[in-house]
Amino acid sequence: MTASAAPPTTALGAEPGFVVQLDAFAGPLDLLLHLLREEEIDIADIPIARIADQFLSVIHDLGLNQAADYLEMAGRLLRLKAQTLLPRRSEEEGWEDPRHELVRRLLEYQLIREIASWLDKSSERRAGQFARGYLPPPPELPPQPLAIDLLQLLQAVEKVISEISVPVLHRVVPRPLDVEGATKRIEALLEERGEIGWLDALGPERGIAHVLSTLLALLELAKRGTLHLFQRAAFAPMVISRDAPRPAA
Amino acid sequence: MTPLAQLLEAALFSAARPVTVEELQTLDQEASLADVRAALEQLREHYDFDGHAVEVVELAGGYQILTRRAFAAAIEQAQLSVRIPKLTGAALETLAVISYRQPVGRAEVEDIRGVSAGGVLRTLQERGLIEVVGRSEAMGRPLLYGTTSLFLETLGLRDLAELPQADEFTVALQPPRPPMAAEGEEDAAASVPAES
Repeated sequence: MTASAAPPTTALGAEPGFVVQLDAFAGPLDLLLHLLREEEIDIADIPIARIADQFLSVIHDLGLNQAADYLEMAGRLLRLKAQTLLPRRSEEEGWEDPRHELVRRLLEYQLIREIASWLDKSSERRAGQFARGYLPPPPELPPQPLAIDLLQLLQAVEKVISEISVPVLHRVVPRPLDVEGATKRIEALLEERGEIGWLDALGPERGIAHVLSTLLALLELAKRGTLHLFQRAAFAPMVISRDAPRPAA
Repeated sequence: MTPLAQLLEAALFSAARPVTVEELQTLDQEASLADVRAALEQLREHYDFDGHAVEVVELAGGYQILTRRAFAAAIEQAQLSVRIPKLTGAALETLAVISYRQPVGRAEVEDIRGVSAGGVLRTLQERGLIEVVGRSEAMGRPLLYGTTSLFLETLGLRDLAELPQADEFTVALQPPRPPMAAEGEEDAAASVPAES
């Protein structure tokens, strides 16, 4: 409650004005209890009309978002106000004081407030004692330390290494092919002998470039018809011949 | 002090949280739970009678070595240790509802406090003071919340039974809501005097 220098938000001109800081309240029930205490009203006999008006005047200036929690209570109070203003026959059977549910909620809330303040005191007391150093709780337990012997370690290493695939690298190097030289050599050989084998044609050198050169020379010569390539049987060695193969070899 | 009491002192000193009797028992295979309790009592007496600045406190179902309250101001002033952050009013009210009504859903918390509780429930969960303990059978199967052992630790409670009983308060705790019709009839009889 602040001094009423500012224009008081009164609902009825005759009533004393309430200037209430709504932020100070935990909710509509808290505000209601505050109003009841201010007016020294017995909780069991709430003058609904007056309290409803005061409640509305307090929340009047609120923005809608801020007032969301309070609006439901405002509606409830207005309904109660209407119910209590209606004339009723006292002998009517089963009549229930419409304020009952509100009173029950207020009492329940008041109890919660008392428990809350007990909890507050309790935590205050606890905060006066310090544990040894402040440690934030570990987010997760670290994994257990490894317990293996040297052999297991080596086996594991071996397994890991064996699973590494050998990278396949190609280095493309231009190799000089000497097809002409091979052609001459083969022609010279065929001059001497009418028929030679692949190894004869290849000669003593076995490098890849040499093999390729020889093969290309043979194919080229065969294409020109200078020599003939054939096998005497399936899977038999290749025969290089000056003359065409005799049928039915 | 006995070797067991010394062992427990070392364990409690090194732990960053309350340690249960069962956990302490695992330190010495030959010690029974009763032995551990007796040794704890010996350690407590040792601290009390020899004028130590720390004490053995029973907390959240376990034991912890804490400084005595007399030194709170000095420790805080010297900024040697961090004080447990204070709980807001909304947080305390929500904890009050949950600690007495658990397991309890968000709707009931909101109903009792009269305000929406999503934000404060999330905050309390993040601080580890409450946790989801299950789901209600009600429509939508809403989450049910309960307090954690950190809640007990933060409030300096041994267990939930240490919470004050409802009749210790000036307002009697209302029984959980009976069905609306029954409540109405009972109340009509109670609140309207017969002769009126």
